[in-house]
Amino acid sequence: MTTTPNLIERPRERITPLKWLQINLFSSWYNSILTFVCLAIIYMVLSPLLTWIFTQANWDVVTVNLRLFMIGLFPVEQVWRIWVCVALVTSLLGLSWGIWPQVIRGVAVAYGCALILLALLPFSGTTRISLLVCGLLIFSGFFLGRLFADRSRWVVIGWVLTLPFIVYFLRGFGVLLPVIETREWGGLLLTMILSITGIVFSFPLGVLLAVGRRSSLPAISLFCTGYIELIRGVPLVTILFMSQIMLPLFIPGGEAIDAIVRAIVGFTLFTAAYIAENVRGGLQAVPNGQYEAARALGLNPFLTMCLIVLPQALRIVIPANVSQFVSLFKDTSLIAIASQLDLLGIGRAVLGQDAFLGLHAEVFVFVAAVYWVFAFSMTYVSRQLEAALGVGKR
Amino acid sequence: MSQEASIATSATQRPPFWRDVRVIAIFGQIIFILIVSLVAGFLYANVTSGLDRLGATAGYGFMDRTAGFEISLTPITYSPSDSYWRAFQVGVVNSINVIVVGILLASLVGIVVGISQLSSNWLVAKMAQTYVAIFRNMPLLVQLFFWYQAVFLSLPRVQEAVVFLGPTYLSIRGVSMAGPVPGDTFSIWLGFVGVGLVVSWGVSYWLKRFQDQTGRQSPRFLITCAIVLTSAVVGIAVLQPSPLVWSVPERTGFNFTGGIRLSPEYAALLIGLVAYTGAFIAENVRAGIQGVSKGQSEAARALGLSTGQSMRLVILPQALRIIIPPTTNQYLNLAKNSSLAFAIAYPDLFAVARTIFNQTGQTVQIIGLIMVSYLIISLVTSVLMNLYNRSVRLVER
Repeated sequence: MTTTPNLIERPRERITPLKWLQINLFSSWYNSILTFVCLAIIYMVLSPLLTWIFTQANWDVVTVNLRLFMIGLFPVEQVWRIWVCVALVTSLLGLSWGIWPQVIRGVAVAYGCALILLALLPFSGTTRISLLVCGLLIFSGFFLGRLFADRSRWVVIGWVLTLPFIVYFLRGFGVLLPVIETREWGGLLLTMILSITGIVFSFPLGVLLAVGRRSSLPAISLFCTGYIELIRGVPLVTILFMSQIMLPLFIPGGEAIDAIVRAIVGFTLFTAAYIAENVRGGLQAVPNGQYEAARALGLNPFLTMCLIVLPQALRIVIPANVSQFVSLFKDTSLIAIASQLDLLGIGRAVLGQDAFLGLHAEVFVFVAAVYWVFAFSMTYVSRQLEAALGVGKR
Repeated sequence: MSQEASIATSATQRPPFWRDVRVIAIFGQIIFILIVSLVAGFLYANVTSGLDRLGATAGYGFMDRTAGFEISLTPITYSPSDSYWRAFQVGVVNSINVIVVGILLASLVGIVVGISQLSSNWLVAKMAQTYVAIFRNMPLLVQLFFWYQAVFLSLPRVQEAVVFLGPTYLSIRGVSMAGPVPGDTFSIWLGFVGVGLVVSWGVSYWLKRFQDQTGRQSPRFLITCAIVLTSAVVGIAVLQPSPLVWSVPERTGFNFTGGIRLSPEYAALLIGLVAYTGAFIAENVRAGIQGVSKGQSEAARALGLSTGQSMRLVILPQALRIIIPPTTNQYLNLAKNSSLAFAIAYPDLFAVARTIFNQTGQTVQIIGLIMVSYLIISLVTSVLMNLYNRSVRLVER
């Protein structure tokens, strides 16, 4: 007969709030001093800041101009197009949440709740309904996404197709959707469009440059290396300056090219070089055996690259490319200097209104906060993604 | 039998040239070069005809003409009657000034915040993490505008300046603080410090050899510091008049004289760059320390090293290897981002070059000048960092 050993559970210490304080804040004399110093700093920063936000700041400059901040001079009667695009993106976000819960959940829940909460604010009726619908789309998308969890490929394709579609749909065509010139786009809308088109164009270019740089043909690899290093060596403002001034010279009749298109060319050329470096890192991480195996199977170099190497390489560099997208999103603010009316540009323009002279702090804090919300959520997704993909752990 | 023969013949037979890899490679490259040169030629023709229309001239001769514009901050002597070259040099010096100071301060912020993120003190760690999350995710340009227009230009006039300890005055004229200012014998004093550095390096080298041979330890770092410090102090004591003068700012009319003065543009740019880049460096530092496997610190403890010793001798040397390459990138980013200075009216090289462009309309030459300047700055930074990286990297036998 076997005797069951007497299993005693490890004594589990109950952590009382007091105990927690002692462990985390007052474990030694210098930790106690640090804690008090930190408390003092927090008080010194937060108390004037909160007083300013809630009592001294004049937020009228933001509430009055909220439409400008969001969409610039976009025609009012065409705003429904923007809502369609937002609804499209929110439903995709919801679907993605259902399919990749651990990566998207945090952002999707936050955005869904934020949209529904915003619907409670005193905007116009249609705005509130649209906000509510978009918020609910996220949650309904989640349930739909869970049902079709095995169709993740379709959602990826959906994302890839949506981004160009949005630009096309907002710009309009023909009789049904009158064309809205890019100079009428502004505010957050323009910032978003710039980042999206920037990434859509620069990604393929970056992949080509990375593959080119790794090429065994010296002419191609030299050219790509030269391009990448030249672009990475100079600041973005130089590239933008160049695209604004040189582009009209490069192309006959280039004076007609819209300033925003010029900026997109600048952002694309700039970001492509950085994406190329990220992708190159991914290419280097694909083991040589993969190339050899593909060759043994009789694939030619082109198919080897497309079917074997790139799918693995691109997967590795997703987080790095998301970071690149975040920095592109932040960098789009540079076109404000070329007096374009993106989110920051609108902010600077609003400061010129007579009623709101000198309210720099309010405007810049608001603008920074809007940028922050989107940049932070993308950073957050990228971090979850890194954890889910187990980058650096394999 | 016949099979072997056919294999033998196929091995000696060369494939037709259109399927020969080497021929394809050469042919492909020729086509590539042709396309590139055709496109380049097309663009070049357009640019030259466009420039002719604009009436631009070739070469850099125009840079010798009189600049004729004021520069608000001139660390080297400059007047509007000097040439464009001189104006550009002023811009370069201003850029290098903000880049060097910015890199030093950003590293300091990055190291402190990065280590704080891993602190066992919950409050310290959370504060550091909040700082990183906030400053990393806002565009640098917005931050610069905020610091410049919302903070520094909103400060009170000189008469009502905010006074801190020191005294340090904060006013619309920027920051004026008390501090040591180089005196007449400053350059001789630098010589004293230089001699101290050389001596301390020699002593340190000798002590290291002594330790390697005998195994006896000595407080090498402290001794080195003491030697440099002594030479500096002796220099101040011996040299007459004093090489460093303690200068206190004084209100004179609408401005301050004396003391160390930072213009609002410089101060805003520096704070913006340091806060932004510091957050990124902090992330690198945190990742680097976390990247050292836990077994290393456990092994160090098992060997009986103290916390400080294990940090200094075991963890940091390994963490540095992970930290330095991405931090080099951040230094390069800081250098490139310093070009945003022109948005807040700090006369850096890009701002001055833009002014020259507006006056002369020489597109290609100015863009070339800007690009080459930044490429040189980037190159020098990465060469220096690579040299440092080589000194800390893993020595493999």
